[in-house]
Amino acid sequence: MVDDSAVGAIGEPFTLDVERGKIREFARATGSANPAYLETDDPVIPPTFLTTAFFWQTGVSDPWTAVAMDQRKGLHAEQEFVFHGPPPRAGDRLTGRSRIESVTRKEGRSGTLAFAVMVTEFHDEAGRHVATARLTGVETA
Amino acid sequence: MSSTFGPLTRTDLVRYQGASGDFNPIHHDEPFAVSTGLPAPLSLGMLQAGYLATWATDRFGAGAIRSFRVRFAAQVFPGDTVTCDGTVVRQDTESLDVEMTCTTQDGTVAVYGWATFALETP
Repeated sequence: MVDDSAVGAIGEPFTLDVERGKIREFARATGSANPAYLETDDPVIPPTFLTTAFFWQTGVSDPWTAVAMDQRKGLHAEQEFVFHGPPPRAGDRLTGRSRIESVTRKEGRSGTLAFAVMVTEFHDEAGRHVATARLTGVETA
Repeated sequence: MSSTFGPLTRTDLVRYQGASGDFNPIHHDEPFAVSTGLPAPLSLGMLQAGYLATWATDRFGAGAIRSFRVRFAAQVFPGDTVTCDGTVVRQDTESLDVEMTCTTQDGTVAVYGWATFALETP
């Protein structure tokens, strides 16, 4: 059951080191043979790569747990990545911070749908805001 | 021109789960998936999103990506073949916008996507 009081929950900052091998693994797993990912020393990240924050964001840095979405009824509804300039590259050390932006409810055909949005902002070591991820989850009735 | 991926195998799903770090058992654990009412483990929306990203960056440039958004619309299962395609809906001297779809073999749209790419300055 989605918890409305999760709105405003904010995680502790977490580090995400962008690594060449991880980019290669991710590109191959998403069917890409693009030399921009596979054949340069400092490749840029694929558009959805920041989802690998799963490996870096745990416990106190992950406010999504406050949403308390039922894993059996929860679905990923939407996902967005915005790059505020060229995308990060291998060798970059990013600092991410997530917050729960909203919880909303909508009447669907089979009952109430509960939507939750988590925003994660990524900054580089120079303090530049380089990317924003927005995850929308939905819990079905 | 479109790009086709598949037929998807469970190995493709597991490979993506390992790469992404999303280990939701609904995508590989058959008893768990069945207990939720599904016929079998289903694919990850983010895998199909990744295929759309592959389609788009092959055409408009890996380094030129500025925004990428997807909305998940239908389930995809191992055995399905998905096709990614899209069209440029806006372009000026600085950037272009693309609208994309990832469809299964019966024509169902599984993922809708939108992306913006910067245009290389000479």
